[in-house]
Amino acid sequence: MIAQPLTIIGGKLVLPTGEPQAGAIRSENGRIVALGDVAPQDGDTVFDAKGALVAPGLVDLGVFAIDKPAFHFGGITRAALMPDVGPPLDHPARVRFAAQSGKPDLWVHPLAAATRGLEGTELAELALMRDAGAKAVATGRAWIADSGVMLRLLRYCAMLGLVVVTHAEDAAITGKAVATAGEVATRLGLPSAPAEAEALAVSRDIALAELSGAHVHFRQVTTARALDLVRAAKARGVRITAGVTPAHFILSDLELVGFRTFCRLSPPLRRDSDRKAVIAAIADGTIDVIASGHDPRGPEDKRLPFADAEPGMAGAETLLPLTLTLVRDGEITMARAFELLATNPAKLLGVAAGKLEVGTEADFAIVDPVRPWVVSSDKMAAAAGNTPFDRRPVEGRVTALFKGGNRVD
Amino acid sequence: MPAGNRLSADDLTSRELGLMQSPNQPSAGRYPAGGLAFPHRDLTGIGQLARHEILYLLDEAEQWVDLNRQSKKKTDLLRGLTIINAFFENSTRTLLSFEIAGKRLGADVVNMHAAQSSVKKGETLIDTAMTINAMRADAIVIRHASSGAVRLIAEKVDCPVLNAGDGQHEHPTQALLDALAMRHALKLPIGSDLNGLKVTICGDILHSRVARSNILSLTALGADVRVCAPPALMPEEVDVMGVTPFYDFDAALKGANVVMMLRLQQERMSGQFIPSPREYRHLYGLTPERLAKAEPDAFIMHPGPMNRGVEIDSTVADHPTRSLITNQVEMGVAIRMACLEVLTRRTRQVPGWDAVGAAA
Repeated sequence: MIAQPLTIIGGKLVLPTGEPQAGAIRSENGRIVALGDVAPQDGDTVFDAKGALVAPGLVDLGVFAIDKPAFHFGGITRAALMPDVGPPLDHPARVRFAAQSGKPDLWVHPLAAATRGLEGTELAELALMRDAGAKAVATGRAWIADSGVMLRLLRYCAMLGLVVVTHAEDAAITGKAVATAGEVATRLGLPSAPAEAEALAVSRDIALAELSGAHVHFRQVTTARALDLVRAAKARGVRITAGVTPAHFILSDLELVGFRTFCRLSPPLRRDSDRKAVIAAIADGTIDVIASGHDPRGPEDKRLPFADAEPGMAGAETLLPLTLTLVRDGEITMARAFELLATNPAKLLGVAAGKLEVGTEADFAIVDPVRPWVVSSDKMAAAAGNTPFDRRPVEGRVTALFKGGNRVD
Repeated sequence: MPAGNRLSADDLTSRELGLMQSPNQPSAGRYPAGGLAFPHRDLTGIGQLARHEILYLLDEAEQWVDLNRQSKKKTDLLRGLTIINAFFENSTRTLLSFEIAGKRLGADVVNMHAAQSSVKKGETLIDTAMTINAMRADAIVIRHASSGAVRLIAEKVDCPVLNAGDGQHEHPTQALLDALAMRHALKLPIGSDLNGLKVTICGDILHSRVARSNILSLTALGADVRVCAPPALMPEEVDVMGVTPFYDFDAALKGANVVMMLRLQQERMSGQFIPSPREYRHLYGLTPERLAKAEPDAFIMHPGPMNRGVEIDSTVADHPTRSLITNQVEMGVAIRMACLEVLTRRTRQVPGWDAVGAAA
């Protein structure tokens, strides 16, 4: 669908650096053609942002379901779909189908399953999937335990130029754990694993990334020790990046008290010192991406005893406001927030989007950064209301969304 | 009853005095009036109870200990009430104990065996709870293999819920009966706590709900609790629960007044946690030689079922005066009678109990 030329006036543009600047932005054929001091031309669709932020549409790196209402509510115009759907994205035809599934107003970027059936043993047809539209490769919810398989995978992906998105938890130590070892898990009697399971996995995959030259993206790094490893490896110049979801910088394992299954996540919530380390890592650039990990789960998966419940949270709607808490607390700037939410994930996926720059896709989120609202499990746009942030007052709401220069209803 | 070293004439007198009070209110005056003495609808864990609430249940159980020792063991306090024992995990002794407790109180007791294999995960768990609820049970006793399952059901039903063991979380009636057995063995009077008593709990602490409930109950009652297990079976940061962890059983036994042994819960272990039962006995088996490292008159406890020759030797388990293992079973019935009787007071419209108990 070819868009009408669009000019958004009266907004404050969230540019790659600096404070948001008053200005206008104009797009033609779905791409940005001018920004700053520009005026609408004849025939343009004109949208008045009335002082709100004009930001790049969010690029959500790593979701488990295509949930368009939730994504649009949250200002997400592109979502990288994890291969853990049933059946897994380990076949070119499924990748091609998934890549078309959201268009035109949501672009889905499938992540190819690294191994057949996500079993961690045989490599899947990665080149065929790349050419069918896979923008990166992912190990899924699980770690590839076999280091030989992982090394072959990384070498192959280095050749294909595909980023490998990994889950960082040593599977043998983690076992059937549903919580981080510590006081809370001990008191509740929940199967738990030490937080070091993450550092071990990160450590191995850094070594293999160095050896293979592949770009490894740790989808979620949630512990101080693992973040230290990432920080040190980046300083050495290893091609790794790291992400996290808001739950791990806002909540700690104290939330598990009362066996709240909406707080059953993978990796599990950590202790408070790790939560603070995640915030520090976001502030100092160790963490590159904040994603929603959107995984809507109904009562049949969540209204169960804690250890029997499925992990995951519906996070698309709260991704932006929860990230803005870091801006309000002075940890990061507004420009950095959108670098984490849009620019960096777009770069990892190799798509021309995620920032306000001439030539990139005209994906815009019009954001009122201080508009207050209350998260409500019952009223969510998502397919299910499994949010650990139920009844939490937040600030920041998307008031209008544009994908490729077209208004999203 | 084995001879203890704390026996005194005063103690006996006060205990007898306590027993001579009205059978329904053996502890009147010591606790808040009416339902404030135990303001909970459910018994999901010791963690929800204050010290005086634990003591209240112990004191209430005393009358049932006495009743159970008579030839006619039946009352009709709970006549007309229906108690459902919903056991989602296999059990022999706890189920039997709850069934006897309910029957001796005059209730209609129904046992529901819902073995874990036949229950397809949670939708059936909630559905089962709703079904039981619709049958208008007056109390539900639940055992389930997952931590927190009993609380989940309690949130869905309208009647009191008793936790008969949920996963690795809690087994509150076991902790209460253990405290009662200790109090009797030590000949302590009604209302007594266990201040200063040194209790060593040894075995699979990690997987044990008995250990968790006992840690909470014994520390609340003032006991000095040590836990002993190999590293793989010791929960992380267990010391924040107010206990001292030991890997060395001999060191843990030094000065102990009570030694509580737990069995290895192989069914909750995936992978190898100890090299062999023989090696486990070598380090953690309660042999007569090892028992000698505890106080000379130390009592021996085990919640059962025992693996004789692994965590405990037969000569120790069957010690005529120091083993409390059968006393524990006896106290179990009395404690469960007390819990069922107290939790159904609101339903039975016992004066002073009608307005409380909304909170779990």
